[in-house]
Amino acid sequence: MPETLTINALQQWLHRFASEITRQADWLTELDSAIGDADHGTNMVRGTAAVVTKLDGRMTGTVQELLKAVGMTMVSTVGGASGSLYGTFFIEMARNSPADVRLNGSELENALHAGVNGVIARGHATVGDKTMIDALEPAVTALSRSLADGRQLQCSIAAAAAAATTGRDSTKPLVARKGRASYLGERSAGHIDPGAASAAILLAALAASIGEGTA
Amino acid sequence: MPTSVRRHIINKPHRVIDEALDGFALTYPELVTFNNEHNLISRKTLTPGKTGLVSGGGSGHEPLHAGFVGSGMLDVAVCGAVFASPTADQVHAGTKLANTGAGVVQIVKNYTGDVLNFQIAASLADDDGVPVEQVLVDDDLASDNGNDGPGRRGTAAVVTVEKVCGALAERGAGVSTIATRGRDVVARSRSLAIALDAGAHPGESVAAFELDPHEVEYGVGIHGERGTGRIAYAPADDLVEQLVTPLVSSLQVKRGQSVIAIVNGLGGAYPLELSIAARNVHNLLNGRGISIARSLVGTYVSSLNMHGLSVTLTVADDELISLWDAPVRTPALSW
Repeated sequence: MPETLTINALQQWLHRFASEITRQADWLTELDSAIGDADHGTNMVRGTAAVVTKLDGRMTGTVQELLKAVGMTMVSTVGGASGSLYGTFFIEMARNSPADVRLNGSELENALHAGVNGVIARGHATVGDKTMIDALEPAVTALSRSLADGRQLQCSIAAAAAAATTGRDSTKPLVARKGRASYLGERSAGHIDPGAASAAILLAALAASIGEGTA
Repeated sequence: MPTSVRRHIINKPHRVIDEALDGFALTYPELVTFNNEHNLISRKTLTPGKTGLVSGGGSGHEPLHAGFVGSGMLDVAVCGAVFASPTADQVHAGTKLANTGAGVVQIVKNYTGDVLNFQIAASLADDDGVPVEQVLVDDDLASDNGNDGPGRRGTAAVVTVEKVCGALAERGAGVSTIATRGRDVVARSRSLAIALDAGAHPGESVAAFELDPHEVEYGVGIHGERGTGRIAYAPADDLVEQLVTPLVSSLQVKRGQSVIAIVNGLGGAYPLELSIAARNVHNLLNGRGISIARSLVGTYVSSLNMHGLSVTLTVADDELISLWDAPVRTPALSW
């Protein structure tokens, strides 16, 4: 079975990401009001809605062009730290994607690793700082491990999404060391990080879309 | 105690910033212009060849930053959504607008989103050939926790930085002279804040956090985020002393030195409260042989309708006071 992810599947991923963000916006904002400033849901809805508008107006092009357009849209519409960090994620994915209409497993792995490394480089966060990296980093590690074990792409992406969810939940007991939650010190413990929560949604949306778009 | 439902005098929550900026520009047509594509408030007339001064950040801190646009202070204010940094795109547009040939100094409050977006914008402006330097304002003592986190937050000292840098720019100083002086003002400044009540976002019916009547949130920032801890509710003089004493010791202000002080309301403190606080700031400093050379008392850097106040001290010298005294004409500050 050929193991590629079509540009169609990537578009479905982004649409699903947007609709899941909208569906879970209140929860994201609730998480943010516990340890941040109660706007993560609103900001992510604004950014992902702009991405959907962009996608609807422009359905052709390569994987590289698609991801770059998504990244630039996030950078120019979301604001806050999450806009520049999600924007960086997609722009770095684009820079490390083929100028083609599909991605194979190792190309997806490279692109996701580059995206996560871009976020790390910009935000200087590492695993355990109670940020989106706590969901993203284990996800790409799980993807790599699963592909290296010879598992199928769909199964490997499911493993990545599961690792992102586990990573998200692992932020609950942590004391934040980066971002606005860090100002709370010890009082940031006991709450899931909203950035890790939206990052887990991103990976869950990818896993849900790949079933529909593998060829 | 029943939880109070917060209401707002707004139309649609997602139109709050656009409509407020529009109204602001209509109020001060002789001073500012509103660019509604990028939510920029700029001086009505920019001076060719003067170093441009840009600041910005999330909205909800009014009169910061748009209120400080005008001669003697900022050229452009870049306005983000409530409590969210403007996008790099917006900051880039504001930086290009402020550049009239001599480059631009960006004044950035130390918050992760602002820092990231201003950094991206500065490198985009650099690609355009615009020389840009940044002054990072990180005056909030409560967030000085010594770890490798984001560092101290940027709060009300940004007003002093904008005033001093603005005066220098008006005198014809270049990008690096202004940025160096701006960083020096930051190094001489520290702030601390308390709140009795959190603010509520436009359209939200609940406040960002609830306090019991006997509690005061200590070390709050300007985004409705909780502070570093809670202290007991007490008379104003006791509360103010818990702000002033750590500031003086952190800045190591000596007997005989003078300071510029800002007693700043966070949006829900009324003027009588601020004057009572200012009175004790004077008494406490005088008691230590420290004089207040200049001061501001009022709401300059707010946190929506948070009921609280901050105290900012900047260790002064003659040059700093002369830059502070230089003429300024903006919607929120004029002399």
